[in-house]
Amino acid sequence: MSNNEIKSVTATGISLLLDDIDTDRIIPARFLRCVTFDGLGEHAFEDDRQQDPAHPFNQLQFQGAGILAAGRNFGCGSSREHAPQSLMRWGIKAVIAESFAEIFFGNCGSLGIPAVKASRADLEKLAAAIQKNPKLEITVDLQKLTVTAGDIAFTVTMPDSARDALVTGQWDYLGRLLNAADKVTEHAKTVPYLSGFRA
Amino acid sequence: MSDKRNLFNKVWDLHTVQTLPGGQTQLFIGLHLIHEVTSPQAFEILRDRKLKVAFPERTIATVDHIVPTGSQARPFLDDLAEQMMSAIEKNCADFGVTLLDLKDDRQGIVHVVGPEQGLTQPGMTIVCGDSHTSTHGAFGSIAIGIGTSNVAEVLATQTMFLNRPKVRQVVVHGQLAPGVYAKDVILYIIQKLGVQGGVGYAYEFAGSTFDVMSIEERMTVCNMSIEGGARCGYINPDQTTVDYLRGRPFSPKDADFERATPWWLSLASGEDAQFDDVVVFDAADIEPTVTWGITPAQSVGVSQPLPRISEVAPEEQTLIREALKFMGLEEGQPIKGTKIDVAFIGSCTNSRMSDLREAARIVAGHKVAGHVKAIVVPGSQLVRRQAMAEGLHLIFEAAGFEWRAAGCSMCLAMNPDKLQGREVCASSSNRNFKGRQGSPTGRTLLMSPAMVAAAAIEGHVTDIREFAGAAVC
Ligand code: SF4
Repeated sequence: MSNNEIKSVTATGISLLLDDIDTDRIIPARFLRCVTFDGLGEHAFEDDRQQDPAHPFNQLQFQGAGILAAGRNFGCGSSREHAPQSLMRWGIKAVIAESFAEIFFGNCGSLGIPAVKASRADLEKLAAAIQKNPKLEITVDLQKLTVTAGDIAFTVTMPDSARDALVTGQWDYLGRLLNAADKVTEHAKTVPYLSGFRA
Repeated sequence: MSDKRNLFNKVWDLHTVQTLPGGQTQLFIGLHLIHEVTSPQAFEILRDRKLKVAFPERTIATVDHIVPTGSQARPFLDDLAEQMMSAIEKNCADFGVTLLDLKDDRQGIVHVVGPEQGLTQPGMTIVCGDSHTSTHGAFGSIAIGIGTSNVAEVLATQTMFLNRPKVRQVVVHGQLAPGVYAKDVILYIIQKLGVQGGVGYAYEFAGSTFDVMSIEERMTVCNMSIEGGARCGYINPDQTTVDYLRGRPFSPKDADFERATPWWLSLASGEDAQFDDVVVFDAADIEPTVTWGITPAQSVGVSQPLPRISEVAPEEQTLIREALKFMGLEEGQPIKGTKIDVAFIGSCTNSRMSDLREAARIVAGHKVAGHVKAIVVPGSQLVRRQAMAEGLHLIFEAAGFEWRAAGCSMCLAMNPDKLQGREVCASSSNRNFKGRQGSPTGRTLLMSPAMVAAAAIEGHVTDIREFAGAAVC
């Protein structure tokens, strides 16, 4: 939770260009029986990997990948922060997808994982390049909002607030909220149901 | 001047502590519900940073996800579940948070307990580390699911940062046909708007169909907003809401209640309230609805065939193929008649009294098909007790259902209740994701509790409107 500025991420890639990948698939519920997030990394996509030996997360050449290229509505379903936690602990440092489910997106932000949106066509190009060369270095630049990889370059989008938080190192939201404690105490007095519905 | 803001924006504005230059709102949270799965790491964050819970009386904890619904003797057989149980007990004791645990007859699924206790009220901002927090929107509140880092933030500050979503009014007009329930309405809406149609939106459910619904039915609808991608859904408070809340343990009392009532009603979106988008459906087009695939939008009316691959948009075809393969179903086949192995009545979508009464009415005098394992899991201990006072458990047991203790049970199978292997489950829950019900290859068909009851008896997916014993009402 340190105040780290995250201006760009450079790593090799892994692609999973499927749509509507839900959080139960990212981390099946039985692995939520835990009181810490330690050890979740090895169970990322556990059931999908069991059922599909060719799953990218099973493949040797993608171990060590840090940038995930994903499809539409990535991370839909449950609010479990265990999902981005398991990806992060597996090694993922940034996710590029066609779109994200909202709670998942917010959870990524809380963990300092950039989650940026790209067009399907660009994602397909990137996925093909990753397949061809698993060692290809990919850079997600949050200041320019670009992705570059070899001779591929495209623009990505991210809401300003989420981007600014990462770039300025202010994604420790808890610290920022604590700074406003006095304002909160004052505000609570104006909430009708906290003041006998007289406010 | 009339207030053109919809309910969502009125409530949002009321809770805005400050707006950051980047546009995010620091939102004051009126009610924080916590449970054993997503809170332990949050309390650890507080310990690490030597923080207290800022407003302990605004947080209520219960246990539901890991709770066994058979024997609840401690320590639990599952060490990990026992650890989580001990953790929430210790955390609540250390930080001064009220815990409704197994020894407390108010325990149950967090989204059943909040409303039942009168904790959930119109005009509140409500969060919980659980995506189905949207359920509480049935009262006209802003209710959203959050991650564990957010749980820590809300514990420590009673606030969090959020971007204000847009608001889409989802209007359904008209009377539901016999055999069509609130569950069918929301499955239909998700089928039409898609699983990501609601991303970036709060859904206001409005129109005569919702006006005549009970609070319990409204909760079923709002519960599955998240399945349509909307982080929250709500229904404007009205006299039904007020009547439901009167006399509940945490509801305002006496003069407070009298002052609360007009305020609650004043929050409702007015005739001229503005929305970012409006969609309109006709109740007459909705029939009993069943999911056949691996997302909640992959559903059909029970009399309809499954889609044909060639008939769907090219970008949808991969997902449809994957779903058909996983489910072991053929394109174009009828859903009716699909054999089931398990019938599950429960979950925060459909485990309240009205659900159990309706299911019991259907199974009364029938027997569960020989090959089907059928269970009923009430949403809370109070629901369980009320159902037993009405003798519903006897009806279920006589038919061959198991009658269980309160909890999440087979909705997500973090407890001993799980599908085995490739079993097919007719389920009144909310998610048909691959592996959701505990077996990585298990299959889920979502439907109303009445339809689950009929499927349990017949042993396969049945149109409740044609089901022998039930004069549908
Ligand atoms: S019943 Fe299911 S959806 Fe509801 S809170 Fe429990 S696990 Fe989540």
